[in-house]
Amino acid sequence: MEFLTIIQILDSTVRLATPLLLACLAGLYSERAGIFDIGLEGKMLMAAFFSAAVAAVTGNVWLGLLAGIASSLVLAGLHGVASITFRGNQLISGVAINFLAAGMTVLIAQDWFQQGGRTPSLFSGGRFTPITLPFADSLSGVPVLGPVYSELLSGHSVLVYIAFLAVPATWWILFRTRFGLRLRAVGENPAAVDTAGVSVVGLRYGAVMICGLLCGIAGAYLATALQAGFVKDMTAGRGFIALAALIFAKWRPWHAMGACLLFGLLQAIALRFQNIELGGIVIPVQAMDALPYVLTVVILAGFVGKAIPPRAGGQPYVKER
Amino acid sequence: MDKMPKWADVVLIPLISLILAALLSALVILGIGEDPMAAVKLMVNGALGSTYGWGYTLYYATNFMFTGLAVAVAAHAGLFNIGGEGQAMLGGLGVALVCLLIPWPHWTLALAVAALGAGIFGAAWAAIPAYLQAKRGSHIVITTIMFNFIAAAVLNYVLVNVLRPEGSMDPATERFPEAVHLPSLHELLAPIGINFSKSAPANVSLLVAMGACLFVWLLIWRTPLGYEIRSLGKSEPGARYAGISSVRIIMIAMLISGALAGMMAVNNVMGEAERLVLNATEGAGFIGIAVALMGRNHPFGVFLAAILFGFLYQGGAELALWTSIPRELIVVIQALVILFTGALDNMVRMPLEKIFLAVRRGQN
Repeated sequence: MEFLTIIQILDSTVRLATPLLLACLAGLYSERAGIFDIGLEGKMLMAAFFSAAVAAVTGNVWLGLLAGIASSLVLAGLHGVASITFRGNQLISGVAINFLAAGMTVLIAQDWFQQGGRTPSLFSGGRFTPITLPFADSLSGVPVLGPVYSELLSGHSVLVYIAFLAVPATWWILFRTRFGLRLRAVGENPAAVDTAGVSVVGLRYGAVMICGLLCGIAGAYLATALQAGFVKDMTAGRGFIALAALIFAKWRPWHAMGACLLFGLLQAIALRFQNIELGGIVIPVQAMDALPYVLTVVILAGFVGKAIPPRAGGQPYVKER
Repeated sequence: MDKMPKWADVVLIPLISLILAALLSALVILGIGEDPMAAVKLMVNGALGSTYGWGYTLYYATNFMFTGLAVAVAAHAGLFNIGGEGQAMLGGLGVALVCLLIPWPHWTLALAVAALGAGIFGAAWAAIPAYLQAKRGSHIVITTIMFNFIAAAVLNYVLVNVLRPEGSMDPATERFPEAVHLPSLHELLAPIGINFSKSAPANVSLLVAMGACLFVWLLIWRTPLGYEIRSLGKSEPGARYAGISSVRIIMIAMLISGALAGMMAVNNVMGEAERLVLNATEGAGFIGIAVALMGRNHPFGVFLAAILFGFLYQGGAELALWTSIPRELIVVIQALVILFTGALDNMVRMPLEKIFLAVRRGQN
């Protein structure tokens, strides 16, 4: 394989890993606080639609981003009300949110644009454009490092850099701030947090809302940066791959980045090659599609290091009366 | 002492949840500039106004009975089987293999073995998540979600590379032989003088589904195994203290659940399409969640809820045909039903419990 081909595959890995990473970190906040979230997919989808719709109407991608985040926050709030305030089943709430997003986006898209459940294609101004890092053009002639800098690191939209900066930020928030300590504690032992006089409900709502914010960015990235507009079901299971990555990473931010890059690489390879020949054996493209899920099951099974979720995950907290 | 009489729990709460979901759906229809009353009329006419409509309603309902029962059986054991979709896909593979590989003399034999094949394939697909939950404590919700995606990839591979007939571009098996054609309701009802629509897909599998409802009722409430399943679902430590092996019950409950989901393929693959296509399940595995929630995990409730969702599906198709309301409206209604009967159950329950307590205090 040529060097440039490898660079191109890695470049598309970064692009494809970005929405996974944002959604994965979103799930990280929520699940570390003890709220399971299988509704990442739905929140991304909703944000993808509203960001594309508003960007298409106003021609301003930043307004689109805000609209996407707002719509994702509404769904996150719904998840919070169901699973924190009314102590409902968090998994069922997540399922409902996924369906709500899948249905509402097409319904509203058809009503607003009459294009069969899609938004109009976005043109410049309505999309996030690539950012060229300083000296990218002049350095591209340097062997090996030149293409790595100018092709791989430079030339992504601002949301890609935000996603990758969110990794150290998440690590710092979770492991170096008081809020992060409490957030992790509320996912392990909410009663202890409550005894210390800190609001369990407040912390959990905070985590769920951060989750909504990040899912909103992820959705907006899909519709306004990776692609130019919204199409029906455009998240295509990415929310679940992000969930898989979260388990693969055992709920840790740096590992989440590694897992998302790995799954992004699998997607990039599957996009570029249909069937791969390795030493005479042809690996079908479907095997590449299934690999993230298979890996997650293997990790969950505990054959390669056990994945232990936050202890209070999925359980509503009932204050002692 | 219960806070509420039983009828309130079984009838009143689902009813209120359903009304809330219906009201919100009406608002959604208003929001996209259509008339909710006209929409309801169109749906009722389209789904229940003719034997053709009924034929489609009952066809969808048959699918949902199987997947709803699958979710319900797992729920009684305290497990959330979200993998009905994947199990039904694999069930389709089982049906296709049975129908294509064996030359059947008569459809009755074919139906029996196809149902068995579908059940075995569906159960096998549930077996790995079940084993991992029972033995390794891997969360069954996550593993069954993952297995849905893996099932889609497996089916895609098998249809494109193995079962696709020579020279065909379509990723689907060849047509099943004429001998395994299942009689439709038209053919079943004609001898007793009822003229049921010829072109509707409802078929003899409806009776199989109703039989499955009865089987699940007997299993859960009339056998020692059912008692053990329910005990485990109520309290795992309690069940273990009573000498019930949680590993055994988790495995059995999930195998039955997977088999039920897989058996859906008798209806959609063998009864309707008469060949296996990609995405044959059309999301029915997920609708099973809504159906089981709505039906309070009781087979009779599942039966009624499945017919309700069958009506919604056929009515929604009619809406999409005659108005500018897309079919996705049904997905929204489904989401609202899951939300209100499942996740927001306490929102309806808590005020009701207060009312009943106040009434009781007033009486004393």
